[in-house]
Amino acid sequence: MSTTPKTPPLVEQLKGGLDAPICLTWELTYACNLACVHCLSSSGRRDPDELSTAEAKDLVDQLAALQVFYVNIGGGEPMLRKDFFDIVEHSVTNGVGVKFSTNGTYLDRAAAERLVELPYLDVQISLDGMTPEVNDAVRGEGSHAKAVAAMGHLRDVGFEDFKISIVCTRHNVDQLDEFKALADDHGAQLRITRLRPSGRGVDSYHDLRLTNPQQRQVFHWILDHPDVLTGDSFFHLNALTTEIGGPNLPGLNMCGAGRVVCLIDPVGDVYACPFVIHDEFLAGNVRDEGGFARVWRGSALFTELREPTSAGACASCGSYDACQGGCMATKFFTGLPLDGPDPDCIHGHADDALAGVAAGSVPRPSQDHSRPGAVVPVSLTRKR
Amino acid sequence: MPPFDPEAPYRLSPRVGLRPEPFGALAYHYDTRRLVFLKSPDLVDLVRALEQHASAGAAIDAVVAPAAARRPAYVTALASLCESGVVEPLEPAA
Amino acid sequence: MTVTEPTTEQTDVEATDVPQAQADELVTDEVLVEEISIDGMCGVY
Repeated sequence: MSTTPKTPPLVEQLKGGLDAPICLTWELTYACNLACVHCLSSSGRRDPDELSTAEAKDLVDQLAALQVFYVNIGGGEPMLRKDFFDIVEHSVTNGVGVKFSTNGTYLDRAAAERLVELPYLDVQISLDGMTPEVNDAVRGEGSHAKAVAAMGHLRDVGFEDFKISIVCTRHNVDQLDEFKALADDHGAQLRITRLRPSGRGVDSYHDLRLTNPQQRQVFHWILDHPDVLTGDSFFHLNALTTEIGGPNLPGLNMCGAGRVVCLIDPVGDVYACPFVIHDEFLAGNVRDEGGFARVWRGSALFTELREPTSAGACASCGSYDACQGGCMATKFFTGLPLDGPDPDCIHGHADDALAGVAAGSVPRPSQDHSRPGAVVPVSLTRKR
Repeated sequence: MPPFDPEAPYRLSPRVGLRPEPFGALAYHYDTRRLVFLKSPDLVDLVRALEQHASAGAAIDAVVAPAAARRPAYVTALASLCESGVVEPLEPAA
Repeated sequence: MTVTEPTTEQTDVEATDVPQAQADELVTDEVLVEEISIDGMCGVY
């Protein structure tokens, strides 16, 4: 056998961080015409201190210099920025691909015609229900119709492979096959992601989160549909592989926050990921000296996140290697310790701790950009 | 696309962003959006050197020559990279 | 098949695939290329 030290597996090297992110999320604005109950950025009102057009383009240049391969632009509703196309076009013409997430309200035929001409651009339409009844309860009256209209425009102009992105909730998990058919009908790719109790989601989480049987249902559905994207957001469910002896879900199977990805928010704040918009996970600001590179490479927070972690309270569980103890954001915003099980631990190892968390004691998002008096969607009380 | 042929010349695709890393490199194909990890610095050197050699096989011999026993791994690696479009056949000069 | 020293690129999968007694006698297939979906990292929208 070789006596030279083994090179660590790739994933272990990625946990130690890279000199630049592989990709990242960039929220262009906190302004939004909707008021989704689970909005991870608590969006609604524009922050008056948003990056200017010049600052945004300069940030693109910084990312291009670092060879960040693509940015996932979102918000709020990014198409509400008057310079939306300026920023996107500057990005795709300078080596940084763009995928942007939108609720579709402003994606009319003219916008679709403009978008289909742009290289290295992808579009992701947000939808959380196959029917207005299910969707609009979370995203607001009329939002289902707007999303479907946007999808139709993209299809009509021949935009191939756009994404339809669903946040899995207790109320839409039985519609997964229909979502897949909807994507197929539009020549689009389906993406399903995990709900985290972030932003306004802190309050709606307990009404929307999947039950344990539903989590198992989603895990098997993902395995049966390898062409459906997940953003690797269900890696905590890989704990099931020790039960069924099967493969992990496709993906890196690790928390990427601060290691291979991060979030840049509308005022240039850099957070570990979009699901931890909270002072505890704020690494710095791109307006500081040294710009984004200095924050990514030198911030105390990211340095700490790149240190090896131990299993902590999960050490005695045989699933830790598979599930990595789950999602940092989900633990944080439910008041659980970060070195213990995820609240949605499929083996139920967090159930007692979760029950013991005092009401009102969980961290609140550091900022709230919600529009006061925004229409509250239909009651979530359901018969199921 | 024809199968990888070690007797033919290849090159790093101009449609790919190759970003060196301590473990090797990240390669991102801007057209297909495929992301590939090259897990050894030798492989990165090989990929960059492909264009200067008359065949992929000759490039392997030149770049990783001292480790001939590992040659099959590099042939396999280049075949993977060909399939994902990171390397492409180099058209011979007319 | 040729006998060869396991190298530092040996993956954990290869190491556990065969009984230990045979491991030293088999070619160690180094997997030098790994593809991941660009959507395959957690922490992005």
